[in-house]
Amino acid sequence: MAPRITGDDVRHVAKLARLRIDDAEVDQFAGQLAAILDHAADIEALDIDDVPPTSHPVPFDNVLRADESGPCLDRDEVLAQAPHVEDGRFRVPRILDEAQ
Amino acid sequence: MSERAFDIAAAVRAGERSARSVVDEHLAQVARVDGDVHAFLHVLGDEARAAADEIDRRVAAGEDPGPLAGVPVALKDNMCTRGIPTTCSSRILEGWRPPYDATVVDRIRAAGGIPIGKTNLDEFAMGSSTENSAFGATRNPWALDRVPGGSSGGSAAAVAAGMAPLGIGSDTGGSIRQPASLCGVVGVKPTYGRVSRYGLIAFASSLDQIGPFAGDVRDAALLLESIWGPDARDSTSIPTPPDPLVQEIDRGVEGLRVGVVGELTDVEGIDPEVRSAVEDAARLLEKAGATVDRASVPSTTYGLSAYYLIAPAEASSNLARYDGVRYGLRVDGPDVEGMNAATRAAGFGAEVKRRIMLGTYALSAGYYDAYYGKAQKVRTLIIDDFARAYERFDVLLSPTSPTTAFPIGAKTDDPLTMYLCDVCTIPVNLTGACAVSIPSGLDATGLPIGIQVMAPALGEAPMFRAAKALEDGFAFAATPALAGGAS
Repeated sequence: MAPRITGDDVRHVAKLARLRIDDAEVDQFAGQLAAILDHAADIEALDIDDVPPTSHPVPFDNVLRADESGPCLDRDEVLAQAPHVEDGRFRVPRILDEAQ
Repeated sequence: MSERAFDIAAAVRAGERSARSVVDEHLAQVARVDGDVHAFLHVLGDEARAAADEIDRRVAAGEDPGPLAGVPVALKDNMCTRGIPTTCSSRILEGWRPPYDATVVDRIRAAGGIPIGKTNLDEFAMGSSTENSAFGATRNPWALDRVPGGSSGGSAAAVAAGMAPLGIGSDTGGSIRQPASLCGVVGVKPTYGRVSRYGLIAFASSLDQIGPFAGDVRDAALLLESIWGPDARDSTSIPTPPDPLVQEIDRGVEGLRVGVVGELTDVEGIDPEVRSAVEDAARLLEKAGATVDRASVPSTTYGLSAYYLIAPAEASSNLARYDGVRYGLRVDGPDVEGMNAATRAAGFGAEVKRRIMLGTYALSAGYYDAYYGKAQKVRTLIIDDFARAYERFDVLLSPTSPTTAFPIGAKTDDPLTMYLCDVCTIPVNLTGACAVSIPSGLDATGLPIGIQVMAPALGEAPMFRAAKALEDGFAFAATPALAGGAS
């Protein structure tokens, strides 16, 4: 039987999750995730196609408030916590190439 | 130490005792024992003294500071405190000072309570031992070579060791009840939506709920009453104001229908002493006038599997926000994606990475239906099974944890073994209902045993009545030696 989780699976998921991992972590996660999913085999085996899924324990309605301006977080206090700031904004690395 | 919040607040409100002296005594206890216990990540000495002086000024001016007047409260460090470091025990938030207070913090202050410090937790509340902290493990006040449970182990240990009469935790799969059990204190997971989650750093949003730790049932009710109720800043908070709770707890259990859940009591690996404590609890309630019978909630046996797909799936989404842009750590990279990935690799610990990976996998194309989708259907089965059980019973009993506190390091190498600690507590989070853990006594090695009382959503009143009857019946009065009490 093929392993439940391959190294390539782990690398793919790490990319989706924006996590840089090294080769040792690839092997470690492959084994640990497989063990956890093996434990979940009990529910994989259940025949419950007709059961509706529950995403949330209590039904609740969308909550709307009046569309009025009110106090909000202080901009300087918020930006003071950011790792890089420029001209009152969050600064990030280059997103587009020079040519674009 | 180990005083009751109820007595402290009464004395402070009456002007018989200063809030300042209460705070000073508790800060002295922190200084005395927290080097060994390591419950706190950040002690709010100056802030707490200033808040106490303000309470005393108000009492002197004839004002009533509120039901928690002068009572120190230990806050789990995943609740936002404005201008005060809030880390979630993670390097990724080290040094971060939130620009706002969590609703629960506002309400504690409004009731006269005094935040005395931020307590240790498993990183982002993911764990059952408070060993997964970037800032070191917390130790169990009853035995320093044992874990306090988790993830709210810091708050549980702070209350058990007499460093704070009250504590606040969050419970996603047992993170209040299990450490309460292992530390010999009362811990409550209220109904989902009872306590606002505004300012609680999210782990799994459909499961997370804030609740109290206390030295006894009445103190737990007092704190819950002070923090619960609707909040416009949390769209999932229950809009109906709750009825007063403290006045309910002494109404007894005459006629209360109690069920002992077989599937959660005869779990694999249960300690025989824990098993027999549940039987003792059933007998005590029967003696107090309740009717007791066996209950069955068959699908709870799938709870652990469903939880360890649902909670990581929600966590993988919630923790996407730690991207090195707006707050916390940043590790530079060649481009945005590289910066994100390098920051998250450096900032998250192993358990958080594991759950992000598991959750991302369970939600990814090709696996969604088999894992996350299936788990959501199992959640429905468990909700339906509990609903059937609550047609026959008002409250349900089980152990809180299959074992008492285990040695530090005993389960850190095998994630699945650690996950099994939560087998009795997880089903309640999946259903959104409420539960409390109360201490029944000590095992042969002197470690506390906890009993879980469960009730349906909004069933806090009968749940607290049963918990109070058990507390009276067990008459558990021991405290750890380092809390200054007889053990």
